[in-house]
Amino acid sequence: MNRISSANVHKLGPLQILLLAIPCVAVLIVPFYNRIEPALFGIPFLYWWLGIWAPLSSLFIALAYKTSSRATLK
Amino acid sequence: MNMTASIIFVGLFVFIALLGFAASRWQSGDLSQLHEWGLGGRRFGAWISWFLIGGDLYTAYTFIAVPALVFSVGAFGFFAIPFTVLAYPLTFSLLPRLWAVSQRHNFITASDFVRSRFDSPSLALVIAVTGIVATMPYIALQLVGIQVVIGALGFPNHGWAADLPLTIAFIVLAVFTYTSGLRAPAVIAVVKDLLVYVTVITVMIVVPMKMGGMHAIFAAIPQSKLLLTPPDGNSFGQYSSFITLALGSAFAVMLYPHALTALLSARSSDTLRRNWIFLPAYSLMLGFIALMGYFAFSAGLDKLPEFKSYFATYHAQFAVPGLLLHFFPPWFVGIGFAAVAIGALVPAAIMSIAAANLFTRNIYKEYINPDCTDAQESGMAKLISLLVKFGALLFIVLIPQQYAINLQLLGGILTLQILPSIATGLYTRWFDGKALLLGWAAGVGYGAWMVSTLSFKGSVYNLHVFGYTIAGYAGFYALLLNLTVAVIATAVIRAAGLDSKGDGTLAADYVS
Repeated sequence: MNRISSANVHKLGPLQILLLAIPCVAVLIVPFYNRIEPALFGIPFLYWWLGIWAPLSSLFIALAYKTSSRATLK
Repeated sequence: MNMTASIIFVGLFVFIALLGFAASRWQSGDLSQLHEWGLGGRRFGAWISWFLIGGDLYTAYTFIAVPALVFSVGAFGFFAIPFTVLAYPLTFSLLPRLWAVSQRHNFITASDFVRSRFDSPSLALVIAVTGIVATMPYIALQLVGIQVVIGALGFPNHGWAADLPLTIAFIVLAVFTYTSGLRAPAVIAVVKDLLVYVTVITVMIVVPMKMGGMHAIFAAIPQSKLLLTPPDGNSFGQYSSFITLALGSAFAVMLYPHALTALLSARSSDTLRRNWIFLPAYSLMLGFIALMGYFAFSAGLDKLPEFKSYFATYHAQFAVPGLLLHFFPPWFVGIGFAAVAIGALVPAAIMSIAAANLFTRNIYKEYINPDCTDAQESGMAKLISLLVKFGALLFIVLIPQQYAINLQLLGGILTLQILPSIATGLYTRWFDGKALLLGWAAGVGYGAWMVSTLSFKGSVYNLHVFGYTIAGYAGFYALLLNLTVAVIATAVIRAAGLDSKGDGTLAADYVS
């Protein structure tokens, strides 16, 4: 159970680093998102922008995971 | 006293306690081995790891303190979202490597890793002590969360009668951790999260409906609270502190001993990686929890006569309990309050196990009894986990609550200072152990000095450079100094040929 098969080896390449960097940059660009408009369902921009990056960061981590395992399976 | 809520609260608590005791039989192993008691035998699969890591990071204190910050200062409190969004991609690239090397060498703590990687017992000792010191006030702080909800149920909030329920809760926690080890919080974390998710999602649906929609809630928040203060002529406003606090917290969160304990208990590094895809669900939940601070503010809870005495005692920390009491029937209040209290038990249990692992492996076995048997090692860890918890209980009963909060702030700054040793060590052996030690000392010294100028009451320090005033997280500034010192000292030590070449690990140990 604790053995690690070589097919599962994951390595982070430039593509994976880029994918992981995108959500990080998105929540650090404060001057861009520190505003009220455009509001969504009465929620100011600042709040819904930060809010959507929680599920979006999941998506980017999933992409980094999938692409890194595929690269080594070849 | 709120009878219905109290009965549900106590009932759920008893259920959890029984579950904690039963946990020792789950995936049972030989609990006289430290890796069985303290890491659950490294057998946890993806789901349990997810609950355990989440249960670790989102503590009762988060549940109370984040909305309290939003309630009192507004947008700035939302640094919690960038913090968690940053945490997962950052740690995704680092920690599976730590898992792999730890599994191969039977490392139980981060200090074990550093000791072997840099061949430096003194650096390992410093990292163990940092971890223990940072964890103690954090455990004490979990009790603050329990205290607030017990007070809100209508139990007395002064004198020995107020400390009694807290003491009972803690004895229960201490005993099941002692008997079941990491298996107890792992099992309880599942129930805790169910309660938290049900409570948070219900609040997110019901309160906006009763208050006339999100639009009405945000309309009641003054403009000055809704946005961060923008930069002016010679400062960056709140931007610099918002960013450095988010970054610093994201780096620190996975370095806390209890976070590493939860990580190392995973079955495989692939389990961990898959976990990371789903961990951001907790970030969304934290965003919702932060919003509750605005709900409470918008509803003007602190101005209601029935809550006046509570806000006087607990200040903004009463925002979430008040919100539940104001908008929900007593049975739901019982569930919500139980979520907070059980939310305190899970991390407190993991924290005490982590501190015990550190003490046993890196102080007891290293310096006091190097020839100890496996059973002695595991027995010592169990004992320490008890001592640590009773220390935390005494702390909270005898000393003003504010001290625990201030010490926890300092603990975060200290924890950040072990980042260079661990994060660089996972990728390169360029740094020298002595240089990392110097960097650590510089970071801890500078960090402590900065918060002392703030009378230990805050962690946002105003740095003055080139006529600018840059407000930033003291831990982050200390980390920059730490890294600078470590780089320069390593360069000097290597140039002088004084660097130690020892390394107990191989490049292949990190890959999985």
